[in-house]
Amino acid sequence: MAERMGFFTDTSICIGCKACEVACKEWNQLPDDGFVFEATSYDNTGALGASTWRHVAFIEQQPVWTADGTTGDGDGDGGEKPFQIGPDGRWLMSSDVCKHCTNAGCLDVCPTGALFRTEFGTVVVQSDICNGCGYCVPACPFGVIARREDDGRAWKCTMCYDRLRGGLEPACAKACPTDSIQFGPLDELRERAAARVAELHALGRTEARLYGESPDDGVGGMGAFFLLLDEPEVYGLPPDPVVPTRNLPAMWRWAGAAALTMAGAVALSFLGSSDRLLGRGGPR
Amino acid sequence: MTSSTREREPRLDDAEFRSYYGRPVIKRPIWHVPHMPAYLYLGGLSGASSLMAVLARATGRPRLARTTRIAAAAGAAGGTVLLIAELGRPTRFLNMLRMFKPSSPMSVGSWILAAQGGLSAAAAASAVTGILPAAGDAAALATAVTGPLTATYTAVLVADTAVPAWHAGYRELPFLFAGSALASAGAVAMLTTPRADAGPARAVAALGAAAETAAATMLERRLGLVGEPYREGRAGRLLSAARALSAGGGLLALLAGRSRAATVASGLALTAGALCTRFGILEAGRASAADPKYTVVPQRERLDASAVR
Repeated sequence: MAERMGFFTDTSICIGCKACEVACKEWNQLPDDGFVFEATSYDNTGALGASTWRHVAFIEQQPVWTADGTTGDGDGDGGEKPFQIGPDGRWLMSSDVCKHCTNAGCLDVCPTGALFRTEFGTVVVQSDICNGCGYCVPACPFGVIARREDDGRAWKCTMCYDRLRGGLEPACAKACPTDSIQFGPLDELRERAAARVAELHALGRTEARLYGESPDDGVGGMGAFFLLLDEPEVYGLPPDPVVPTRNLPAMWRWAGAAALTMAGAVALSFLGSSDRLLGRGGPR
Repeated sequence: MTSSTREREPRLDDAEFRSYYGRPVIKRPIWHVPHMPAYLYLGGLSGASSLMAVLARATGRPRLARTTRIAAAAGAAGGTVLLIAELGRPTRFLNMLRMFKPSSPMSVGSWILAAQGGLSAAAAASAVTGILPAAGDAAALATAVTGPLTATYTAVLVADTAVPAWHAGYRELPFLFAGSALASAGAVAMLTTPRADAGPARAVAALGAAAETAAATMLERRLGLVGEPYREGRAGRLLSAARALSAGGGLLALLAGRSRAATVASGLALTAGALCTRFGILEAGRASAADPKYTVVPQRERLDASAVR
């Protein structure tokens, strides 16, 4: 197996150009998602989906002027946050993508083996095997994978598996003009990310934090992780994702107990005095 | 911002949380209505009917054994058709048996259903035609294992997702599904078997309805915020209807030995109750996925608690 490859998306230098979205669509020949005007921000893509494998989120946080002339953040809950929004507000932009989890919910629950782990440590759907059962869709704690309804199969980011095999970097990382999307060996990216956070903290940007870099999180670490400037949920990311299969042994134990209880209830109904109590017939 | 008396009074269940324009974090289950909940019902019916068929044969009730074997086979066959129709690529349904994958409840379930379908069909065919009775009995006996698994694996299937209401209910859901399956099978057996032979079916129906009602109540009460979709909206209405129908049908089952009318009323009420339960569970899952609150708030609480520690 080759080295585990990944993405480090440094949102502090994302300029929201959406070149990653376009490059992904073009290289992977993804169908359009219709022309939608969300009317919330410059984001008219909305969310990751079967035909959207990179999604740039735009969060516009406006200052709230308070009585004493200071500003709070756009949430109106006072200056409790460890950062100040300037008088002009601030924009957060972040290019979201499949996390290629170490413990991937989609991969765990796929019944056909269509989803598999590649030699690069990424998670990919084999479209010639997927039968569109749809189980991977609610199993993803990030809402990444989806079924293309006209096609019937599940689709998601492959981290450009074809380009990787050809020794190229993924299309989104190649197109990113600010290197907000960095591609490389995961270990190397983690070191680079830690250095970047330290640098930002030294500059007083103490709100900078990494998301998904730790192998100790609920999905065993993400193959695509992020540097964020606010809580993950502000970007539409789950704050503490856990792979659903982590509790699977316990689930089977409870189901086993229920199955045994069921058998016991039926046995009781037949072998107890049910006929005398409940019917007039009785066994012959 | 000044405080205003016109501001809404804060409610106890108001969960403070942040999100990306109120968009859902996870994708909602894409399984269709009526396919998926109808399969849950039919799988439960098949599994519990199998258990009844085995005991009916063992305790010398041939007529009950025959109707329950047929119900078991019909439930498994009908459920399989619905599952195939549910696929995005139905012609690739055999890919379900391409591998056995313990980490996927759907893979495990496909094998369980394949076994249950084959065995229950053999048992029913033998009972109807009278051919190879020993083989039919052996097949029926084997469904004593595959039957309860068919009825309960589906609870693991829905619980093993990121849908908060389903995942958090992994203790209650198997018992809810088992109770619902017993009520479904008891109801069908009551309706299709002469009253004199249907005593155990009435007992199964009453016990099942009691278990279904108790487990649904636990599910609605124990999960707190995450359990809200079970109590509110469309899912809440379906599940309260389910509870009324199951409880009523279960009580009627106790009296159904005395009259044909009570048998029919009880059987129909229990069947309707079981169906409402299954449809309600899917609706609750959809509602749970659609509102980011159910995903974000428990995770944020977990993080904050571990930060304090």
